[in-house]
Order: sequence, then C-alpha cells, then structure tokens
Amino acid sequence: MDAVIASLPEYWDGFLRTLYLSVISGIIALIVGTLLAAMRVSPVAALRGFSMFYVEVARNTPLTIIFFFAAIVLPRLGVKFEQFEVAAIIALSSYTAAFIAEAVRSGVNSVPVGQAEAARSIGMTFTQVLGFIVLPQAVRTVIPPLINILIALVKNSSVAGAFFVLELFGYGRQLSNDYGNQVLWILLGVAFFYLLITVPLGLLAHFVERKVAIAR
Amino acid sequence: MTTQASGDALVSLNGVNKHYGQLHVLKDINLQVKKGEVVVVIGPSGSGKSTLCRAINRLETIDDGDIAIDGKKLPEEGKDLAHLRADVGMVFQSFNLFAHKTILENVTLGPIKVKKVAKGTADKEAMALLERVGVGHQAPKLPAQLSGGQQQRVAIARALAMKPKVMLFDEPTSALDPEMINEVLDVMIQLAKEGMTMIVVTHEMGFARKAADRVVFMADGQIVEDATPEEFFTNPKSTRAKDFLSKLLTH
Repeated sequence: MDAVIASLPEYWDGFLRTLYLSVISGIIALIVGTLLAAMRVSPVAALRGFSMFYVEVARNTPLTIIFFFAAIVLPRLGVKFEQFEVAAIIALSSYTAAFIAEAVRSGVNSVPVGQAEAARSIGMTFTQVLGFIVLPQAVRTVIPPLINILIALVKNSSVAGAFFVLELFGYGRQLSNDYGNQVLWILLGVAFFYLLITVPLGLLAHFVERKVAIAR
Repeated sequence: MTTQASGDALVSLNGVNKHYGQLHVLKDINLQVKKGEVVVVIGPSGSGKSTLCRAINRLETIDDGDIAIDGKKLPEEGKDLAHLRADVGMVFQSFNLFAHKTILENVTLGPIKVKKVAKGTADKEAMALLERVGVGHQAPKLPAQLSGGQQQRVAIARALAMKPKVMLFDEPTSALDPEMINEVLDVMIQLAKEGMTMIVVTHEMGFARKAADRVVFMADGQIVEDATPEEFFTNPKSTRAKDFLSKLLTH
C-alpha cells in the first residue's frame, strides 16, 4: 500500500498519458469512423467497397498486431515519428474507427428510409441528407454503443504500455519491478486509475440512455 | 398511345422499363404531362403506379427509356440530380416529415440549405404556406405532435416551399383516417385550381372526378387507358379497367 502512495506521481503521470492517448485516439476514431460509415452508405460503389474492406480487416485483426504494424512496419515504410506515442495513437484510432463505423452505420440504418427520401426529393445532396437529416437522428441510437466502444478504447490503450509508452500500464510494469514484494497493490492501483476514466463513461452511457428513452 | 410531340411536355417519359429481378414492374411506359395538367394515376395495387411516380424524381432507377423534366433529361446521380429534384415536389404516403425538426423548420430547410434563401425570407414564406394549408398555428411543434392529416398538409407545404414546377403525390391519403382525407384533398384541389402541374397516384376516385384533367389507368406495369375522367368513369374501354371500376362501385 505504501508503494502505491510513494508512487502517486508516477501513477498520476501514467493516468494523464492514458487519458491523453484515449482522448486523442477517440476523437480521431470518431471522425474516421463516421467518414467510413458515410462511405459505406454512399451511392459510390468504390467507396462502399473500401469502407467494407477497411472495417473487416481492422476489426478482425488483433490489436497487438496492429500495434506491431504501426510501431515497426510503418517506420520501415518511411513513416517516421519521434515517439512511440504517435504509433500508439495511429494503432488505437485505426482499430477503434472500424468499430465506430459499424455502430454509426447501424444507427444510420435505424433512421427510416423515408427520411432520406424526403430530404433527397427537396433537392439535398448526399452530404446534406446525411449531415442535416440522417446523422442527427442516428446519434440518438448510436450514443450508448459508442460509449461502450470508447470504454474499450481506454482499456485497449494499455497495449501501448507494452510498446515503451509510459502510460498507466507501462508505469504498472515498471513499478512492479521496483516493488517486487507489493505487486498486488501496484496492480490494484493501476486498475483503480483505469476505473477513474471508465466508470464515469459508463455512468454517462446510463444517463444518455435514459434521456433517449424519454425523448421517444 | 403514341409519343406525342413533346415540345410542350413538362414531364415526359419515353419507353421506360423497370424490373425488380424477375418482375417487370414498368413495361414500356410513355407518358407526357403538359404544364398545368393534373394527371391522376389509378390502378390495382402492384400495378406499378407508385414505382412510376417515384421514378419521375429518380427515387427509383429505371432500366431503360428516358425521363425528362421541362426538357431536361434526368441525370444519373450527384449535384445535377439534386438540382433537378428541387424542381419536383414529392408528397409521400407516410408523410416523411423530418422527425427531429419543427414544423416550420421542415418547410424552411429546403429553401435555406438548397436554394440558399435567407432565413428571414424563408421563415416568412414558410409561414404563409403553412397558413395556406391551415396549420400555421402548429409551426413550433414537432411532427409527432400533429395528426396525420395535419402532417400531410405540412408535407405539401414543404414541397411547395421549393417552388416546384411539378408536384408528385404518391398515395397521399392512403395512410390517413377517413375523416382526415378530405382536409388533404381540399388542399390538393385548391392547388390544382391554381394551375399547379400535378401527377397524383391515388385511390380517391372523387378527387380524380373533381380535379383531374386526365386519368391514367395502370395494370400489370402497363398504361392501359389514358382518358379524361368523364370518359374513363362512364365509358372505360378495356376489360381490365371495367373490372377494376366494377369492384370499386360494389363497395
């Protein structure tokens, strides 16, 4: 227990880095995922095909392999970055984007097709139909599954710890070595700081779900 | 029916065919609608009349033939198609009002986003249209708070707000309770009197008698008869139409 208290600065540092990784990757994944979902429902067959291919590959590949790819293969292909953090963000956001794309797509499908037809028949273009009519209505059904995906993202960010990024799990490994006799406490401390992010997200999901239920 | 000189046709369909897999839903359709004409399309369910209506603004694609609005051929996709659709008003059986927008926003969204009309102007024009269809006092409500008849009148106002050259009605009263049908038909009759070009798919024979210039009777994906309402109702030529009318009259 005193090991945890003595290591609070490290924990705090790791907590902030985990939060940073999750927020940045989450934002990128939300944008990319929404674009992928838009491509998936677009009238252009090539875009639909690309989106489907990307989603199937990214969500069916183990995250660790995507991390290896981002950290080791990308630099060899000429993509250079100073820190492994960048590789971690690339890996996390490209993996999570696939799940977000699927959630948004199912939300889009939950909006009655007549809404899009009515929008098209007053002369809206594809992007206007999606942006003004379909996505605002899809958001209501999409938020609970999106929050599940973001919780998974926070936990998945621990894989970065194995790739020399000193986030919560990375510090956890380091501290376990430093305090070999108090590993249990060290790991409980790590878990606690993860819960500090994921539990509020879960509560947010409950809150939104209830709000959505009333809105109908 | 031969293809007429289509010089003054606002809507013109030539040799239009469509298949749903094995099913041949539109068989070599030729139809010309002049400016200001009100054409009512009737026929048994499954005869392809809704598909025909939806093909005119390309909510349904066609396999061959061509469709032109005001002399311009329907584009395949993209911005050109959107522009053309702005000129063709559409009223659906299930209203399809934007569920997350207020009544007023439903009507102003097209003018503001598509025609780039200033919000103040769009609001004023929309209110005038809503007054005209008798739902002005509902402007701040959401669609779900209105009755079916009111929603359908808003849908008509929404289409009119784009100042379309032609209005398409796809069974506009089929989803309504009987007591609400007339409030919608009255708006449509008024519109017809004001000279709007209209293509109306309906089962309301009263509307066809009262407001139509022509009645087009469809069966099995073909146009079987194309006559004035007077001619069609009193003296149908095909056995198919006679059969259809006799069934209506016995009910």
